[in-house]
Amino acid sequence: MHMADALLSPAVGATFWAGTAGAIAYCSKKLKDNMEEKLIPLMGVLGAFIFAAQMINFTIPGTGSSGHLGGGMILTVILGPYAAFIVMASVLTVQALFFADGGLLALGCNIWNLGVYPCFIAYPLIYRPLARAGNTPRRILAASLISGVIGLQLGALSVVFQTLLSGRSELPFTTFILMMQPIHLGIGLVEGFVTAGVINFVLAARPEILESSLSARPFSANISVRKVFVGLLIAALLTGGVLSWFASANPDGLEWSIKKVFGKPELPEAGGGIAPALKAVQEKTAFLPDYTFKKTEGAGAGAEEGKKEEARPAVETGKSISGILGSVIVLAAVLLIGVVIRALRRKLA
Amino acid sequence: MFDEGYFNLGYLDALSYRNTFVHRLDPRAKLIATVAFIVTVVSFPKYEITGLLPFFLFPVLLFSLGDIPVKFILKKVLLVSAFALFIGIFNPLFDRQAAYSWWGLPIARGWISFLSIMLKFFLTITSALLLIATTSFPGICHALRKLGIPDIFISQLLFLYRYIFVLVEEAMKVVRARDMRSFGNRGKGMKTFISLAGTLFLRTVERAERIYQAMLSRGFSGALHAVKPYRVSGADVVFLCSTIVLLYLFRMHDVVGAIGGLSMRIF
Amino acid sequence: MSHHIVELQNVRYHYPDGTAALNGLSLRITHGESVGIVGANGAGKSTMLLHLNGSLMPSSGSITIGDLQLTAKTRKEIRKKVGMIFQNPEDQLFMPTVYDDVAFGPLNLGLGREKTAERVEEALRIVGCQGVRDRPPHHLSSGQKSAVAIASVIAMQPEILVMDEPASSLDPRSRRQLINLLNAFDHTKIVASHDLDFILETCERCIIVKDGRVMADGAAETVLSDKTLLEENNLELPLSLKNNPLTRYKGATMNDLDKLKHLIEHWKEHNKEHARTYREWAQKAASLGKMELAGVLGEIADETARIDKLFIRADSLLG
Repeated sequence: MHMADALLSPAVGATFWAGTAGAIAYCSKKLKDNMEEKLIPLMGVLGAFIFAAQMINFTIPGTGSSGHLGGGMILTVILGPYAAFIVMASVLTVQALFFADGGLLALGCNIWNLGVYPCFIAYPLIYRPLARAGNTPRRILAASLISGVIGLQLGALSVVFQTLLSGRSELPFTTFILMMQPIHLGIGLVEGFVTAGVINFVLAARPEILESSLSARPFSANISVRKVFVGLLIAALLTGGVLSWFASANPDGLEWSIKKVFGKPELPEAGGGIAPALKAVQEKTAFLPDYTFKKTEGAGAGAEEGKKEEARPAVETGKSISGILGSVIVLAAVLLIGVVIRALRRKLA
Repeated sequence: MFDEGYFNLGYLDALSYRNTFVHRLDPRAKLIATVAFIVTVVSFPKYEITGLLPFFLFPVLLFSLGDIPVKFILKKVLLVSAFALFIGIFNPLFDRQAAYSWWGLPIARGWISFLSIMLKFFLTITSALLLIATTSFPGICHALRKLGIPDIFISQLLFLYRYIFVLVEEAMKVVRARDMRSFGNRGKGMKTFISLAGTLFLRTVERAERIYQAMLSRGFSGALHAVKPYRVSGADVVFLCSTIVLLYLFRMHDVVGAIGGLSMRIF
Repeated sequence: MSHHIVELQNVRYHYPDGTAALNGLSLRITHGESVGIVGANGAGKSTMLLHLNGSLMPSSGSITIGDLQLTAKTRKEIRKKVGMIFQNPEDQLFMPTVYDDVAFGPLNLGLGREKTAERVEEALRIVGCQGVRDRPPHHLSSGQKSAVAIASVIAMQPEILVMDEPASSLDPRSRRQLINLLNAFDHTKIVASHDLDFILETCERCIIVKDGRVMADGAAETVLSDKTLLEENNLELPLSLKNNPLTRYKGATMNDLDKLKHLIEHWKEHNKEHARTYREWAQKAASLGKMELAGVLGEIADETARIDKLFIRADSLLG
């Protein structure tokens, strides 16, 4: 699942961008210090390979639905974590631009979710200890499955936290977790299975590719991973703390914005005509059966904001119409500008 | 499905090499403006709707000045809306407190925050797509390099961009061969995918070796130089400054309210 | 000391798995020569070419380029002299835009930006691709790709151009343009190809390689018209020579009288049709009001008809 801009607050988005940018900078430095230059074209075309392979759908047995490759684990096994992270980050960047997967602010989160966990958690802590060069296909399968699942579980968990911390969604924590984790258990298993398949395929056809990758790109002891990770975490927490401190100075003003849309937050008594009928229909639809009209009786996070509402000053009815009128005029004007420019361009061309 | 993905990729890429006023602007200016735009849009609180409306001016200007086909971009936006829609739709479900009654019809706060998410979604995704539709990918990479992103990552992006089209085309041929010989879902399972991806992988590694030979033959010694110099022009400065000023105005002032009030007085 | 000499002496090469690709290959190419390398698949053509700029190092034997013997140390220097154009332009063009790609070599030579820009413009002008300077390679046609691949190499101003199957992915028109382009170069050229017609049109000399050894070496027209020799090496006559009466009987003894007979047979063939065509166009020119042109074309038609009669008479005289 790709995180989306619209679900993020700037503070959360910037925090994860900080973490991701730190990881990119760290990996670049690591690579610059001890990379064979041969790896430069290999990283480039392997990125393109992952991109292309992700576009190929396959059916998942037993479900009839289709899935596709993620690729983080394959890259890490072939290239080692540093290079793999850079490649994964580049693939996600191109996707964010060309396929609009998630958006540019959410890109930081997405690189984090799909890059950091497979490269710096699943691979060094799970895959490497379980599978070494010269291992049996079965062992590689086991290692891939476990690390695939763990990597995606962590990624999904991150999506939940990023969404909740941003406060744009009303989904309660448990519901969200119960939704995300099982789905990603399945996705993780598929990813692990496919990863093992491709690695075993390569191992059978050209074992030297994997052997050389293991010997030429050793992963310096695990301590450094932990160091990186802790460092990143601290950087992220700091940025997040600072940004959210700034953000809290600008309160999440429900009243402020509602006032602007409709002018008046209080609910007038329902009149006659079509409205009560519509209301009845809406109340009957299972989707929204229990509208509460009492301000203090909000669901979940609503309760707190309810208190603020009591202090809200009444607004005159006239403003309600002005808000809607203003919206219509602004949208019409914007559209008109577009149409006029387009017409002018055509004429000039 | 695959063909369409490939077509879209190529078409968007082709758009980015057009020659209009917007395309000629410095990539750095466009990148900074886009990021500022996205952050401003996202910074609006949860229940904001009217404040977001003036921001539609930016995509509309880019669409029209950059001569970008609206339908094509909108279709792409719609295509990726699944996740935002899926998460956002829970808002009306969990946030049922009525915020306002519209001629007797109660509007839940959840619907307002949902609408707000969808507006933000539309604005941010459209602006990202418009950035790539009006700026060539090498241009964006150049901008990133100038903004201090490490060279290795930039080289990686450029290499990736160069070979995406080659490899996607190669993959497409293999997928066509697979689909021609599989009926229904038979033959489209994971096993086929694995051998298909494995073959593609090996070919990719061989290609990397050939590319490396070609690089060495032309004196490669570790550095990929970027050459095309970009010069910041007056237009770039004006573009960036006016964008920032407008973003600031739209963020800090209730444009819709002001226009609405004004028009009320007129009528 | 003569410059720009390529000399291979008894070069052997084994791939890491032990397969022998070159088995004591020797040859010598002097300045300004254009040499075609032909041979069946697996004969060792590509392996040999990869040795010319040290992409592969010989297992034994020696390679000399100019006055440098190829060693790990001189490899970099040799790469400045030998411009290598690989078979697939997709692999050769690895930079994101045409400009960046052509500039890659000159920048690696340590040239400054200005100087590089000059070289790039010059190289693109030579191959006729200035219009695509800022395009990414995947926007180019296959003909443009191969032209830019050549530009990317000549921008380094090498003394020797080495090409592996340059025409394999080209449509007929781009192939023709490539032939004209190559013929305009006065570099030393070494071209490996299965396209024997291409070799015939671009090279003065031709070398047949088989099992990693030189099997024949001589003037391209002689080597490529020797049907028996070609067939021994899993090759066949170039298409352009197949219907040529002079080569049809090559290999068998043929006296001058026979030769003349075949030539006249060939010459007399199409004159009648030509005369008819000229006359038709004379009428068309007349209908367009170009009376003088119509008159000239009519005269050409008459002359051609007369020549046709003369050839028929000549043929009858030979019996």
